[in-house]
Amino acid sequence: MSKFLARAAGVLLGATMLAGVAQAETVRWARASDALTLDPHSQNQGVTHNLAHHIYETLVDRDTAGALQPRLALDWYVKEDDPTVWVFELRQGVTFHNGNAFTAEDVVFSLDRARSASSNMRQLHATVESVTAIDDYTVEVKMSGPSPIYPNNLTNTFIMDKTWSEEHDLQEVQDFAAGESNYAVLNTNGTGPYMLVSREVDVETVLALYEGHWAETPPEVTEIIYLPIADNATRVAALLSGNVDIVQDVPVQDIERLSNTAGIRVETGPENRVIYFGYRFGDEPLRSSNITDRNPFNDPLVREAMALALDRDAIQQIVMRGYSIPTGVATPPFVDGWTPELDAYEPANVQRARELMAEAGYANGFTVTLDTPNNRYVNDEAISQAYVGMLGQIGIQVTLASRPIAEHSPVILNNESDFYLLGWGVPTFDSAYIFNDLIHSKTETHGTYNVGLYTNPELDEMIISLATETDETVRDATVAAIWAQVQEDRVLLPVHNQVLAYAMRDDITLAVHPENQPLMTTVTFD
Amino acid sequence: MVAFIARRLGQSVLVMLAVALIAFLIFRFVGDPVASMLGQDANQGDIAELRDRLGLNDPFYLQFYHFVLDALRGDFGISYRLQQPVSDLILSRLPATIELAVTSAVIALVFGIVLGIYTALRRRSVETAFIMTVSLIGVSLPTFLIGIGLIYLFAVELQVLPSFGRGQVVDLGWWRTGFLTESGLKSLILPAITLSLFQLTLIMRLVRAEMLEVLRTDYIRFARARGLARRVIHFRHALRNTLVPVITIAGLQLGSVIAFAIITETVFQWPGVGSLFVNSVQAVDVPVMAAYLVFVALVFVVINLIVDILYWVVNPRLRDSASGGR
Repeated sequence: MSKFLARAAGVLLGATMLAGVAQAETVRWARASDALTLDPHSQNQGVTHNLAHHIYETLVDRDTAGALQPRLALDWYVKEDDPTVWVFELRQGVTFHNGNAFTAEDVVFSLDRARSASSNMRQLHATVESVTAIDDYTVEVKMSGPSPIYPNNLTNTFIMDKTWSEEHDLQEVQDFAAGESNYAVLNTNGTGPYMLVSREVDVETVLALYEGHWAETPPEVTEIIYLPIADNATRVAALLSGNVDIVQDVPVQDIERLSNTAGIRVETGPENRVIYFGYRFGDEPLRSSNITDRNPFNDPLVREAMALALDRDAIQQIVMRGYSIPTGVATPPFVDGWTPELDAYEPANVQRARELMAEAGYANGFTVTLDTPNNRYVNDEAISQAYVGMLGQIGIQVTLASRPIAEHSPVILNNESDFYLLGWGVPTFDSAYIFNDLIHSKTETHGTYNVGLYTNPELDEMIISLATETDETVRDATVAAIWAQVQEDRVLLPVHNQVLAYAMRDDITLAVHPENQPLMTTVTFD
Repeated sequence: MVAFIARRLGQSVLVMLAVALIAFLIFRFVGDPVASMLGQDANQGDIAELRDRLGLNDPFYLQFYHFVLDALRGDFGISYRLQQPVSDLILSRLPATIELAVTSAVIALVFGIVLGIYTALRRRSVETAFIMTVSLIGVSLPTFLIGIGLIYLFAVELQVLPSFGRGQVVDLGWWRTGFLTESGLKSLILPAITLSLFQLTLIMRLVRAEMLEVLRTDYIRFARARGLARRVIHFRHALRNTLVPVITIAGLQLGSVIAFAIITETVFQWPGVGSLFVNSVQAVDVPVMAAYLVFVALVFVVINLIVDILYWVVNPRLRDSASGGR
């Protein structure tokens, strides 16, 4: 009987919605940390961008499959007679939250601001020479050379209102060293689907639907209450007790239990982030090893043995409780250049690995220190611990140096590690992003995270050519060739792609976003 | 009196400087803020440049000198993580912490003293045995476990109290209070109990031990012999003398409750200075960490000073020796 009533109520509810009565739906959305700032150009960080995407908008957007979609720009193309100029045709009839009209001037202002000295977004616009408004709805971006993938870099560069920004003295991005806070850190004026109602940093941010938004169908969620809850157990308890509706960062060990809880649904899906081990190249002996006259990692046989000792399936099943996607290549499957052949990996083979070690002259093994973060990636320390045990089986005695990411980063950036674990996200969805930072020799501008100091001048040249190559087939071939060489040299030892889990009230549907930036506009209610 | 306070103040300044110095020494080992500030797209050149602009390449003594100089002007700089003035951040978080600390201190004092007297007077009763056993659990269980246990019981299973946060707050202009709304008061219950439990058992055991001690003294025995009412003996003569050490301990404990509510605040996502500090440590937000430690030192120094003065007022013996001019 009650079932019948419930169904009848459901039908009635559906009918009223069909009749166009807008349901006021509030979503209380919890995740582990807060956006760092509301100034859209000051931090290049996922959590910050995620919140900003609700208030501000970008020229182009990326769908969950990774393809570029129009947002404030309706169309974009390379100028016919000049391969170094990108043309963006803008959406008309868009207004900012304060009512100001959106025009090309705003885009010019915002792109110039995003590439100014104190902006953290400027790396993505490093090859831009100038931005000009041709008319009210056309913008041309002049690059220093042909830049075929530049639009990929725009998916997190938000457009601000020039007039409003000038009123509040926001021409400059917040500068850490300047000692003053700017107006945009706590105030916003975007074109996005939601307006800022209130914000208390680290506590609560409330957003309400912007009635004047250009989208034809308004989102079902009309109010967002964004609640950072740092502690894992508290965050999960908040969902269980009905104090929040969506929990974004669900700890791996809670996924199973939450899926079995009545009234709660868990969505899982791959993240655009690969977890890998890296080691030092070159002849110089390692700092942390008992082999003091040479570098064992520089021997291809040792690297092969280490790959065979890594039991990815065991890590997936035991450490990650099934929530990871083991891989043989250091790129997530979303990225251009990824292939199933690259992704395949040899199953672990300890016997063969031992033979290789003996062949390389390390029958008795060696000692080394593995540097791992312990609060950055899902179960990062446990992954390293598992691998330490596996390496022990082939005679490599590993000391684990586990640190919070804030202490791990300087070790990584200063190349002070012999052997390390790191994760890499690929916001541009293009292999070049990986090559630039992880594979290219370390210079002022490239190879920032080339911790092992791998160097191959031939590859460097190919990597540089990717930035300006406009012929797609040539570019694809180069990418494939670079990957082949990277795999052959075993520059990195990939473990798996991370999997994300969102838990929510079971009448809510929200798909996992590959960059972990779910939009509340995509939430639907049953 | 003036000389006494002046001497105390002088000592306090030294303590504060020492804390600042030690804090600064520690910060060199908590990691590098620049990596988390710039994100993975930054290149080597950007990183070096930002380090330079923040003055992280300056020698240690110069950084410390600048810090003390700015701090004296009340300027603790800009948070690396949140890009807001540190003093604003701490001031905006302070009401939450103080309300939580004061509530739990009141709970601890009231229940601690009442239960302490009760268990001292009814030494052999079943209730006393029960209370003493439970209190043993109170001191030995870690705070976060008690907190999570309470959340699961009252928020998840019974669903009568909120599991996190501070509820609705009323902005009085200079103070945001949770005392004036129902959700604010409800939110306060679990964290306040969690935070008070340890202090409560401590005060209870202290009162009980002191009381038992005093009850054995001669003047109580003579009071009994004089035929005074039990109530008068217990509450007028015994309790008063019991309270002197309790004031000291309770005062110092209030300091530690304000300063180290960190765990409770984290478990309950309580928006106070403690959770601000935890978040700052993870991001190596040096300006906030430094300001917080100086703030904690200030709390202790001030409370210590007040306790000393109170002591001086309450205890005539101390007063006489001071005025006698040592």
